Amino acid sequence: MSASDTQSPLRLFWREFSENKFAVGSLVVVVLLAVVAFLAPLLVPQDPYNLELLSLLDARRPPGFVGSGGYVHVLGTDPQGRDLLSAIFYGLRISIIIGLAAGAIALVLGTIVGIFAAYAGGWIETVLMRVIDLQLSFPAILLALVLVALLGQGKGQLIAALVAAQYAYFARTAYGAAKAERRKDYVEAALATPLAGYKVAVRHLLPNCMPPLIVVATVQIANAISLEATLSFLGLGLPVTEPSLGMLISNGFPYMMSGRYWISVFPGIALIILIVAINVVGDQIRDQFNPRLRK
Amino acid sequence: MLGFVIQRLIQASLVMAAMSVIVFVGVYAIGNPIEIIIPPEATQEIREATIRSLGLDLPLWKQYFIFVGNLTEGDFGRSFIYNLPVLELILGRLPATLELVLISVISATVGGVVLGIYAGYRPDSIIAKTIMAVSVLGFSVPSFWVGLILILTFAVNLGWLPAGGRGETVSLFGVQWSFLTFDGLSHIVLPALNLAFFKLAMMIRLARAGTRETMLTDTIKFARAAGISEGRILRRHLLKLISIPIITVFGLELGSTLAFAVVTETIFSWPGVGKLIIDSIAVLDRPVMVAYLILTALLFVLINLTVDLVFAFIDPRIRAKGA
Repeated sequence: MSASDTQSPLRLFWREFSENKFAVGSLVVVVLLAVVAFLAPLLVPQDPYNLELLSLLDARRPPGFVGSGGYVHVLGTDPQGRDLLSAIFYGLRISIIIGLAAGAIALVLGTIVGIFAAYAGGWIETVLMRVIDLQLSFPAILLALVLVALLGQGKGQLIAALVAAQYAYFARTAYGAAKAERRKDYVEAALATPLAGYKVAVRHLLPNCMPPLIVVATVQIANAISLEATLSFLGLGLPVTEPSLGMLISNGFPYMMSGRYWISVFPGIALIILIVAINVVGDQIRDQFNPRLRK
Repeated sequence: MLGFVIQRLIQASLVMAAMSVIVFVGVYAIGNPIEIIIPPEATQEIREATIRSLGLDLPLWKQYFIFVGNLTEGDFGRSFIYNLPVLELILGRLPATLELVLISVISATVGGVVLGIYAGYRPDSIIAKTIMAVSVLGFSVPSFWVGLILILTFAVNLGWLPAGGRGETVSLFGVQWSFLTFDGLSHIVLPALNLAFFKLAMMIRLARAGTRETMLTDTIKFARAAGISEGRILRRHLLKLISIPIITVFGLELGSTLAFAVVTETIFSWPGVGKLIIDSIAVLDRPVMVAYLILTALLFVLINLTVDLVFAFIDPRIRAKGA
């Protein structure tokens, strides 16, 4: 496709997207936070994992304090004497990685289950969708909580719990889209050819499921980040050696009562900005895919 | 109708059976309860005697049937930590959770419906836009963060309200309640606000969407043509027309609010069931975990069953499709 081809779907999509300045701003924020998270080691004054660099003399200092490292702690320090800005950048990194990993695995798993149910039909469809619906009637937080409790702590276990709590949303979405497509004549025609069934599913059903799945994926990544933060806040998320934003907030909670607000508040603000920005972008994409809102 | 009811009852029992297997395998088979119950310094004879007395030497399927047999008799075992029958422990904590959940859901529904109707009635006003912005925040901001901000603002900085605990309680029907004393009420305000925030956002959206749709219908046009005042139209006609989805969601949300109470109770040290389960997970008090999981599953299955049956009662099409 040539660059001058202004009718390409992606370009049309972007043109419509860019009309909403708030959504564009949010997208910029998301990209910026992602860049900050992945370049964290280059940007921060201190490696928050290196315990040798920490001094308890620097613990719980307010924003602007100049610590034993000789540099300004712009956002203050946490109970271990960590520079809070550095901890937040690293925490963002962990939160984003967990959110993306859980979202991606849930997307793939849910899509396979959903399309398979729509394609297979019969009792397989009934049983699979009944299980999915049942799972959707339980709140995701409860499922994740239970699974973390059963599986134990760790990055892998946490991602597994998040995937188990979220894949059903993808499965439901993929199923709905695939089911509608399955009934159409061209799919019947394709199935009548000697082409293998799974190829029809991948070539024809899958592409038609993508738009709604992208919308669900953005929302679910934000949800995964939020769920992870909640679990870590409750002390059921990642091990202490890998402080995500939720754990940073949790670490500062006991000190909030004595007025040392910054330990919890700044990581929290970073978390909120991330989640809200992803949700705004997701909302805009959903509106653009929604035919009922088309002018 | 009877066939439909029986079919749904069978389905619900199947779900509970599946849940009991999952919980049993998850809690008893994956982790080894022997390691927790028996101290490491115990002799070989004591180990074997304990294993036998707990029935842990039996094949797994036998253990499962004993487990289910005990459950159906209401015997959930004893808590390792509190050394109390688990059922007694949970029932003792239930009133605190119930009053918190009910106050939250009811206030979220009343507040959400009023704000939502306004936002749908005058969608272009600044107040409506503010209401919608708040509801967007309510959806995206994690509930534990809202709790922290509430504590920081109203308990730490302003010092108006207490940050944790139940406060003074009064005994009614042999149960302790907070909402009947002034001190208890002041303790319940912040956690209830916290728990209500997400529900409020949802109720606002439901009521707004319903209002916008209903205001365009002929019913409202005729009511206006008949000279009925706007206030009366909103109160008498609109409210009735938008109430069905709101009542449905109200019922469904009662269950999920119980689940979210876990987070709120932990933040505000509210001594309810949610706090109990988080504490039990932290110290691996398995009987409490099992009982909580089974009872929560039962609660959700019962809620879903009720919703299905009520809908089937109202709408004959569902009945025909389901049977």
